[in-house]
Amino acid sequence: MKVLNEPSARLQSPGPLQRFSQSWKSAALTLAIGLVLLFCLPRVLDDFTLVQATIYVVMSILAVSLGFIWGYGGILCFGQSAFFGLGAYTYAIAVTNLGDSTVPFVLAIVVPAVFAAALGYIIFYGRLSDVYMGVITLTVTLILFNLINSTAGPEWKIGVAPLGGFNGIPNIAPLNMPGNVDDVIGPRGLFELSLGMLLLVYLLLRALLAVKLGRVIVASKENEQRVLLLGYDARAYKLFTFVLGAAIAGLAGCLYANWGAFTSPTIFGLAQSAQIIIWVIVGGLGTLVGPIVGCVAIQWLTSQIGTQQVINSNLVLGAILVIFVLLVPKGIVPGCGSVGAAMAARMRRRPVVADQHKLHKPSDEIEANTLAIDSHRETSQ
Amino acid sequence: MDLAAVILIQVLYAIASLVVISSGLAVIFGMMKVINLAHGEFMMLGAYATIEAIRVGINLWIAIFVVAPLAVGVIGIVLERIFIRHLYGRMVDTMLATWGLSLLLIGVVTSIAGNTTAGVSAPLGNFTIGAYSVSAYTLVIIAVGVVLALALRWVLLHTSLGLIARGTTQNPKMADALGINPGVVYSVTFAVGAALSGLAGGLLAPLTGVVPTMGGAFIAKAFITVIAGGPAILVGLISASALFGTINQIATFVTTPVLGEVALLVAAIIMLRLLPQGITGRFFKRSL
Repeated sequence: MKVLNEPSARLQSPGPLQRFSQSWKSAALTLAIGLVLLFCLPRVLDDFTLVQATIYVVMSILAVSLGFIWGYGGILCFGQSAFFGLGAYTYAIAVTNLGDSTVPFVLAIVVPAVFAAALGYIIFYGRLSDVYMGVITLTVTLILFNLINSTAGPEWKIGVAPLGGFNGIPNIAPLNMPGNVDDVIGPRGLFELSLGMLLLVYLLLRALLAVKLGRVIVASKENEQRVLLLGYDARAYKLFTFVLGAAIAGLAGCLYANWGAFTSPTIFGLAQSAQIIIWVIVGGLGTLVGPIVGCVAIQWLTSQIGTQQVINSNLVLGAILVIFVLLVPKGIVPGCGSVGAAMAARMRRRPVVADQHKLHKPSDEIEANTLAIDSHRETSQ
Repeated sequence: MDLAAVILIQVLYAIASLVVISSGLAVIFGMMKVINLAHGEFMMLGAYATIEAIRVGINLWIAIFVVAPLAVGVIGIVLERIFIRHLYGRMVDTMLATWGLSLLLIGVVTSIAGNTTAGVSAPLGNFTIGAYSVSAYTLVIIAVGVVLALALRWVLLHTSLGLIARGTTQNPKMADALGINPGVVYSVTFAVGAALSGLAGGLLAPLTGVVPTMGGAFIAKAFITVIAGGPAILVGLISASALFGTINQIATFVTTPVLGEVALLVAAIIMLRLLPQGITGRFFKRSL
C-alpha cells in the first residue's frame, strides 16, 4: 500500500506550505497565471510557436487527469492513454459521420467515461490491489492497441468512417461553432480553447477537492478500511474518481485529434502510457500543478532530444523515471516547495522542525495506529 | 483427424509458449513479490544475445540454451544490485523503477544495435501430418515448456537451493537468524528469473523479428498469466497457461491471431473479476 507520495507527511504536519497549497490563494494564483498566458501568448507568439504551445497544453490536460486519480485517488492507472486514445478516436469517428462537431465533442468525453466505468467496476468491485490494477490497465491499453492496429482493411469502418488500422485516421474535421459547420476553429482558437479547458479542469478539480466528495476521495486513498468503517462505500468513490479522470483524458484526446487533425494507434502504445506516468512523477504526485510542470518540462526535453541523433529518447526517459523513483520520489513541485519553505523558515529564524514535532505529537500516534491497522490487514490477507 | 492432431499441437504449443515466456516473471514475482516490468526487455536481451552469439559462430542450440540465459542472468544480477534491492517491499515503486529500466534498456539497445529487425531462421524445418505442414521447432518449444516446469518443481522441492529460497521468501528474518543472507538469496532468485526470461527470448528469437521494442508484445500476456495463476508459483503458472493458451489458440483458429490475443486478455480480465486471488487462490491451495 505504499505509494510514492507518503500520505503520512500530510497527515502529520499541515505546515505553512501545505496550508498554502490547499488554500484558495494558490488556486487563484494559478488561475491568474493561466489567464495571463491565455491573453498574452496569442498576442506575443507567431502561429507556428502557438501551435507548438497548444500541444503542451493538451498534454497537460492529460497529465492532470492522471495526476488527479493517482495523486488524490490513489489509483495507479498505467493505461491513461487508453482513455486519451478513445477520446481521440471517438471524436474522429463521430465527426466524420455527423459533420457538426458539437455531439462528437461531448461523445469524446462520455465514451471514455463509460468505458472507464465498466473497467473500474471490474477492478474496484473485484477489490483488486494497486499492483493488479496497474497490470490490468496496461493490458487493456495493449488490447486496444492491437485491436485498432489490425483494422487497416476497408471492411473496418464505423458508419462512413474507416478505422484505418496502423495508418490511423487522417484529415479529421476541426471543431466548429455549435450549429454552424462552416465556422471552424483556427489554430489560435484551438490554443485558447485548450488553455481555457485546462484552467476549467484545474478549477473544477480544486473545487471538488475542497468539498466533502473530494475529502472522501482523498480519505479512501489514505485509509480505505477506515473510510469503509465510517460508512462510506470507498469502491464507489474510487470508481467515480476513475471515471472523472477518464472523462478528462477523453477531453484531452478530443483536443489532440483537433490539433494534428490525425490520430493513430500509437497513442494507445506503451511509450505513450509511460510518458504520462513520467510527467506525473517528475512534476510531483499529490499536486495538480506538478503534472503540468512535469509534462511541459519532459515534452520540451523530448523535443530537444529529437533534434539530435546521439542520445535516444527512450534512454533518457527511462533514466529520468528510474532516478526520480529512487532519488526524488516527491517530484519537482513538492520538492521545490519544501526547499522554499525551509529557506523561508530559516529567514524567520524559527526552528520549524522541532516545533512541528512538539505540535503534532497526537497525530503521530494516529499515524502509528493507521500503520498498525494497515500491517494487520496485509498480514491477514 | 489430421486437423485435430494439428490443432492439438497448436494448443500445446500455445500453452508451452505461455509457460516459457512467463516462467521468469513467475519466479521473480512469486518468490520476491517484485513486479518486473522490464521482463519483456530481459527477453529482448536474450534474443539479441542469441543472435550475436550465432553471428560469432556459436552453435544455435548453445546460443539459445547457454549463452542467452547466462548473459541475461548476469545483467539481472547487476541490475538487482544497483537498482532493485533498494525497492524491496515497495511494490508500486518497483513497478515504476522497472518500467524505467525497461525504457532504459530499449534505449541502450537501440543506440547500439539500431532500430532494425534482426533474426535467424527457425531450425529443423517442417514435418507433415496428412495434408498439413507443422514446424518442427514447435515441438521444441513444447518440450522446453514441459522440461522447464519439471525442472522448476525439482529445484524448488528437492534441492537445498530451493528450500533456502522458499524459506527466505516466507520469513526473511528467520532465514537471516539461521545464517542465511537474504540479500544473496534475493540476488540469486532475481538472476534465475532473469536467466529464464533470457532463455525465453533466445527460444523465441527464431520465431519473431528481433527489435529493441519486441518486449512489449509479450509483457501483457506474461503478466496476465502470472497474476491469474495466483500465489502458487508453479501450479498457478501451468493452470493459467493451460487455460489462456487454449482460449488463445481456439479463438485464433476460429477468427484471426489478433482476435485470439484479444480473447486471451479479455478472458483474463473477466477471470480476475471472478477470482481476484487468481486460480490457485481458490483451487489447488496447498500446492507449490
